[in-house]
Amino acid sequence: MPIPLDAPEVLDREFLLVRAKLLEIAASLDRIGRAEGQVEGDRRLQLIHDALDVLRQGESDRAEQIQMICSLSYDEQWQEKFDLLPR
Amino acid sequence: MYYIDPHIHMVSRTTDDYETLARMGCVAMSEPAFWAGFDRGSAESFHDYFRQLTDFERQRAGQFGLQHYTWLCINAKEAENVSLSREVIAMIPEFLDTPGVLGIGEIGLNKNTKNEATIFLEHLELAVKYDQQILIHTPHLEDKYTGTRMILDMLCDDTRLDRSRVLVDHVEEHTIRSVLEEGFWAGMTLYPVSKCTPERAVDMIEMHGAERLLVNSAGDWGPSKPTAVPDFIIAMRRRGHPESLIRKVVYDNPREFFSQSENFDFAPPELDEAEANL
Repeated sequence: MPIPLDAPEVLDREFLLVRAKLLEIAASLDRIGRAEGQVEGDRRLQLIHDALDVLRQGESDRAEQIQMICSLSYDEQWQEKFDLLPR
Repeated sequence: MYYIDPHIHMVSRTTDDYETLARMGCVAMSEPAFWAGFDRGSAESFHDYFRQLTDFERQRAGQFGLQHYTWLCINAKEAENVSLSREVIAMIPEFLDTPGVLGIGEIGLNKNTKNEATIFLEHLELAVKYDQQILIHTPHLEDKYTGTRMILDMLCDDTRLDRSRVLVDHVEEHTIRSVLEEGFWAGMTLYPVSKCTPERAVDMIEMHGAERLLVNSAGDWGPSKPTAVPDFIIAMRRRGHPESLIRKVVYDNPREFFSQSENFDFAPPELDEAEANL
């Protein structure tokens, strides 16, 4: 389906929103860094950095890629493991 | 613009919300049975809940000219209790001929456990036995992808199901394609933080088209916005999409899907000439 707006129009509309969201992310990471305690080994922090890599390097479907980064893996053998194979 | 909210939990909302929805253009809604925020202790609690859904909420909506429909089940979270679930499932048939009951829902998975999957399959048996439509909840956040794949496995294994009568709800960017490609209807839930925003819902329509796609607010007792569908309408307009496309998603599509249920006795509002010609 065609998008009625062209790319410059989308950028005009989205730029300040994207800027604000980037600042929120930056400030959140700064806040974690300023706080007491260690989170280096926390899986969630790695997810955030993996997602930021997608923003920097991805060319399309970035939202879907970030969703997958934040998803548990699917086990194709789940029905066998649960003893719920189709009859 | 008139619209239908195909998934909203009005038992959690005030009567003022019904009035607000009517003012915003909502003409009908469907309310799946769900978790109350705590685990209920007996099947009798569900019996009372089903009476609330089929009787009280229908009357409360009717005060503002809103047409209220519902779906019955034991939700995925409480499905972890298999014995209670079987008592509730056994009770559901007595309500299936009640006006406004569209089918079985929202069944699904929560943490993708064996017990949840067992009860999901037993709900499918119930739906097949009584020729009911099905509305499905998919899990949140990190469990969504796996849970959706598991649900599709179970649905696709059952050759008795008519896929055009099954709605898989709460799809997002990583699950929408597989749901639509398998021939099911898909619902996008506009819900802050844990699901989808109006802007991302518009993105998904631009990428996947508007066939077999619905949008809903899922307004419930948590942080949610019962008027999220009008937010989606505004987002579509701001992107320059035609009124006919917007109406298809928020009015024609839910009407088409629900019309497959015998209990969908919807009386359409009179459309003015301009809207009728969209």
